[in-house]
Amino acid sequence: MIGFEYARAGNVADALRLIAGSQSAKFIAGGTNLVDLMKMDVERPTKLIDISRLPLTQVEETANGGLRIGALVPNSDLAYHPLVQQRYPVLSSAILAGASQQLRNMASTGGNLLQRTRCAYFYDTATPCNKREPGSGCSAIGGINRMHAIFGASDSCIAVHPSDMCVALAVLEATVHVTGVSGERAIAFADFHRLPGDTPQRDTNLGTDEIITAVELPPRGFAANHTYLKIRDRLSYAFALVSVAVGLELERDTIKEARLALGGVAHRPWRNALAEAELRGQPARPAAFTQAADVMLRDAKGFEHNSFKIDLARRCIVRALSQAARGVAQSQSIKKIA
Amino acid sequence: MSTSEHSTAQRLAVRLTVNGTLHELTVDSRASLLDVLREHLDLTGTKKGCDHGQCGACTVLIDGRRVNSCLTLAVMRDGAQITTIEGLAQNGELHPLQQAFIDHDAFQCGYCTSGQICSAVGLIAEGKARTADEIRELMSGNICRCGAYPNIVAAIQQAMRQS
Repeated sequence: MIGFEYARAGNVADALRLIAGSQSAKFIAGGTNLVDLMKMDVERPTKLIDISRLPLTQVEETANGGLRIGALVPNSDLAYHPLVQQRYPVLSSAILAGASQQLRNMASTGGNLLQRTRCAYFYDTATPCNKREPGSGCSAIGGINRMHAIFGASDSCIAVHPSDMCVALAVLEATVHVTGVSGERAIAFADFHRLPGDTPQRDTNLGTDEIITAVELPPRGFAANHTYLKIRDRLSYAFALVSVAVGLELERDTIKEARLALGGVAHRPWRNALAEAELRGQPARPAAFTQAADVMLRDAKGFEHNSFKIDLARRCIVRALSQAARGVAQSQSIKKIA
Repeated sequence: MSTSEHSTAQRLAVRLTVNGTLHELTVDSRASLLDVLREHLDLTGTKKGCDHGQCGACTVLIDGRRVNSCLTLAVMRDGAQITTIEGLAQNGELHPLQQAFIDHDAFQCGYCTSGQICSAVGLIAEGKARTADEIRELMSGNICRCGAYPNIVAAIQQAMRQS
C-alpha cells in the first residue's frame, strides 16, 4: 500500500471541498473493498477522505410511500430494518446472500454500489487489465473466465459487477441520490452502472467529484411475490455464479407486473424489458417462465470457461419465477433450493 | 503535480479504548486495526489469517459489532471501544463462549478460534440466529481449515442457551 494523507469530513460540503481538484483522492466509508484493493496496489489513492461520520445513516419513509436509505446505513442494518423486511424483503434477502456478517456490519449502502469487480486479473497487478490500466489489454478474455460475463461484455472487458444488493435494487427500480459541487441530482438505478464498452475503467456514471447521499426505493416492493436465488461454488460467503432477483404482482393466477434481474453475469445487474413483457398478462405457469428465460438468454454469449452459466441462468430464472409465484422466497439460511 | 498528489505516509494520533483501557497512539495512516492491536499493543490473540477479509481470524468487536480488523484503518476508529479475545474473560472467569468452545472441543489447531469466539459474541448480541442453519449461515465469515464446524455450532448453541 502506498502512503496517503488522511482527512476526515464532517459534512457533505466538507467532503466535496476536500476532494475538489485532486485526481488521486478517494472517499472511504466502510472500506471493505477499497482497503483490500489498496493492499493489492490496485487502488493507489494519495489522499483518503473519511466520510464514515457524515450524517447519512437514516432510513426514512418518503411522502409517496417509499423509503429513503442514507448512503452510510450499514448493509446489515439495512437488511434487518423492519420496513425493509416488511415492504422490500427481496432487498433484505439479497443483502444477506452477500459477504459475511462482519463485512455487512462495515459495508455501507453507497459503497456497495461502488464496489469493484472481483475479476482475478483486475486484482493481479502482474497481468494486463483494461479496467485497472486502460489500454493494457484484457487477460480474462483468453484466460480463466469461469466467473465472467455472459451479457454486455466488450472486447475490452468481460468482468461482472459482484454485488447482490444491487440486483435487488435493479428489480425495485431504486433511485440513487448524489451531490456534487454543482448541486444534487438523481440517477435512475438502471443508469447508474455502466457496461464496459471501451472505457471499462469507469464502473458507474457517478462523477469523481460527486458523493452518493441516499438510495431511494419507490413504493412498489413486491412483498408478497419475490425471491433472491443465488447459485455459487459454496453454500455461503462466495460471489454468485448466477443470481436472480424476482418481483411479481399477481391477480389470482395472472401476472400483472414482472421484474427480473440477474447478478454475476454482466458488468451491471442485468435486466431485459422484453423478457419482463413476455410475462405480463400470462398465467403464472412454467410455460411462461420458460418463455421469459429463453427471451432473457437469447443474447447471452459464453466464453471458454463460463458457457455453463447460460444453462444455469435459464434454470435459475425458471426456478426463481416459480418461487416468487408460489410466494415461497428462497431462504438464505436453509440452503435447500425452494 | 501538486504536493498533495504525491504518495506520503502520514502519522496520526488516535485514541482507542481496547478492552476497557484507553490508549493514545500515533500510527501510520495505512495501519490496520489488526496491526495496531498486534504490533503496538501486543494483543496477539487477534490473528492475521488472510489479511483480506476472507477468513474471519481477525474478527473483533467495535462498539459491540463484529468486524474484520484487517480491513479497518485504525485512524478511522478514533474514539472507538474495541473488544478483543483478551477482553472477554472477566475476573478470572472465562466468557461463556470460551468455556463452551472448550466443553465442545470446538477447535483443533486454534488459529481461527479467537475470531470464531469474537464473531459468536457478536452473533449472540445481534439476536438473529436461532436455529443451527442460521448459526452456520451467520458464522460463515469465519473459516476453520481444521473443519471443527459441527462442534463450533454446538458450542454456540450452548452459549446461546445460557445467555
